[in-house]
Amino acid sequence: MLKVEGINVYYGAIHALKDLSITVNEGEIVTLIGANGAGKSTLLKTLSGLLKPKTGSVEFLDKSITNQSIQSIVKQGLIHCPEGRRVFANMSVEENLELGGYLQDSSSLPADFEKVYTTFPRLLERKKQLAGTLSGGEQQMLAMGRAMMGHPKLLLLDEPSMGLAPLLVQDIFRIIQEVNASGTTVLLVEQNAHQALKIAHRAYVLETGRVVLEGDAKELADSEEIKMAYLGH
Amino acid sequence: MEYFIQQLINGISVGSIYALIALGYTMVYGIIKLINFAHGDVFMVGSFIGLFSARYLASVGLPPVIVLIISLIISMTVSALLGISIERLAYKPLRKASRIAVLITAIGVSFFLEYSGVFVLGPQAKGFPEILNKKQYQLFGSSVQVDSNQIMILVTTVILMIILQYIVHRTKIGKAMRAVSYDMEAARLMGINVDRTISATFAIGSALAAAAGVIFGMTYNSVDPMMGVLPGLKAFVAAVLGGIGSVPGALVGGLLLGTVETEISSLGYSSWRDGVAFAVLILILIFKPSGLFGKNVREKV
Ligand SMILES: Nc1ncnc2c1ncn2[C@@H]1O[C@H](COP(=O)(O)OP(=O)(O)O)[C@@H](O)[C@H]1O
Ligand SMILES: [Mg+2]
Repeated sequence: MLKVEGINVYYGAIHALKDLSITVNEGEIVTLIGANGAGKSTLLKTLSGLLKPKTGSVEFLDKSITNQSIQSIVKQGLIHCPEGRRVFANMSVEENLELGGYLQDSSSLPADFEKVYTTFPRLLERKKQLAGTLSGGEQQMLAMGRAMMGHPKLLLLDEPSMGLAPLLVQDIFRIIQEVNASGTTVLLVEQNAHQALKIAHRAYVLETGRVVLEGDAKELADSEEIKMAYLGH
Repeated sequence: MEYFIQQLINGISVGSIYALIALGYTMVYGIIKLINFAHGDVFMVGSFIGLFSARYLASVGLPPVIVLIISLIISMTVSALLGISIERLAYKPLRKASRIAVLITAIGVSFFLEYSGVFVLGPQAKGFPEILNKKQYQLFGSSVQVDSNQIMILVTTVILMIILQYIVHRTKIGKAMRAVSYDMEAARLMGINVDRTISATFAIGSALAAAAGVIFGMTYNSVDPMMGVLPGLKAFVAAVLGGIGSVPGALVGGLLLGTVETEISSLGYSSWRDGVAFAVLILILIFKPSGLFGKNVREKV
């Protein structure tokens, strides 16, 4: 479904992604793990079109999206839920969701709202509330719900569990599995490698802009190398 | 007391003009963090377009209220297009440039509009046609007077504010505008067309300034190519007073500045009239830089 081949991405003189290649197959949860600054967010930003690679190509659903606008990428169902939630704090929960469906036909809105509110009943209770008044966990739910409004075929999640209490982290990971089970492919960036490897099918490990390891998530979780570097035991 | 109320009414009329201009400053700042110094000159252009439209429409014998409404619509539409063009030609190529470069460009655009005005229309002031006959009304049997022009200002401003509220809060483009001004990158990830949203912001801000220009012409009966400078600066102060980036702030800031200015000049300090705005600016910058309705400014890191 997604095929990234040999991309090089720069911030001015900083070479952030180096000859990086990954693939994501339909129906999978693929996780990207790696230390702070490894280039995980940069990769997601390149996929959604916020950044353009200097060389290399990105293919989504068998079409090159390397030089497409963010809008047209979003329209094709590649939806990026950014790091740090980035909800529109000055707008209500409902308005945030509506913006998530910005490119959708307005006739599909009611059914989409329904779907998001079923997944996140908390958001229904707070639909008139300003997003800025929500707790961190609720904001994360809103960010994910907002992304769901865009009819994702491939959902990019950047550190959805960041800064959340352990119980909420469990909730979020359970919901990611649910969303995946209902037919959305997921590319999940996580610092919480332990949890991520539990729910993912496959994983890539990034270090300073390169893929240094890849494989089946269960196997990686058991490998000594990963245990030492990312699982802390 | 009645004297005070009289001045309050006068102040609200002047304040409405400041408020309408201030809205454009604040909306544009909200979305691209630019103090658009050419905004006062868009107000001037709007006023001239209103003048020519009104002259023509009155000469074909239309009734005064229709002349006013159509002149407003023409002036607002043409100025909206002017605003969009200014953004496209002058600011958009500088989207990634430093703020100071854009600011200097804005000042350049301002001079360009002013001196194009002088070149095309000449530097002399022109008389603005009296669209509506001025009539005085006594208020509730007191000595407080309201004239038909002040009523027109109030009605026009209120209608425009209702339309603006509707656009910003109920329409798709309005929601996009709020999203882009809060977090441009996140807005892009929703698939929002940021360029089109910025154009819409310039269009709306410029149209409101044009309406202010027509109202100004009808109030002071005289317009010239430099007329945008002082009201533009004062409206900027009003926007800062209300909290730059805040739409309700611009409205309140404008009304407040107009009233304070009028009250002070009515107390016999009329030579201080123009100084008031700048004293207000200095005071806010010292005591509450975020303005009355200001949020904590989120600087991008
Ligand atoms: N806007 C930026 N400008 C310059 N360098 C950046 C920018 N964003 C990220 N970087 C650099 O790119 C590298 C990868 O960052 P990032 O993708 O955010 O890592 P991660 O998400 O894995 O923590 C880091 O060295 C970071 O300092
Ligand atoms: Mg990151």
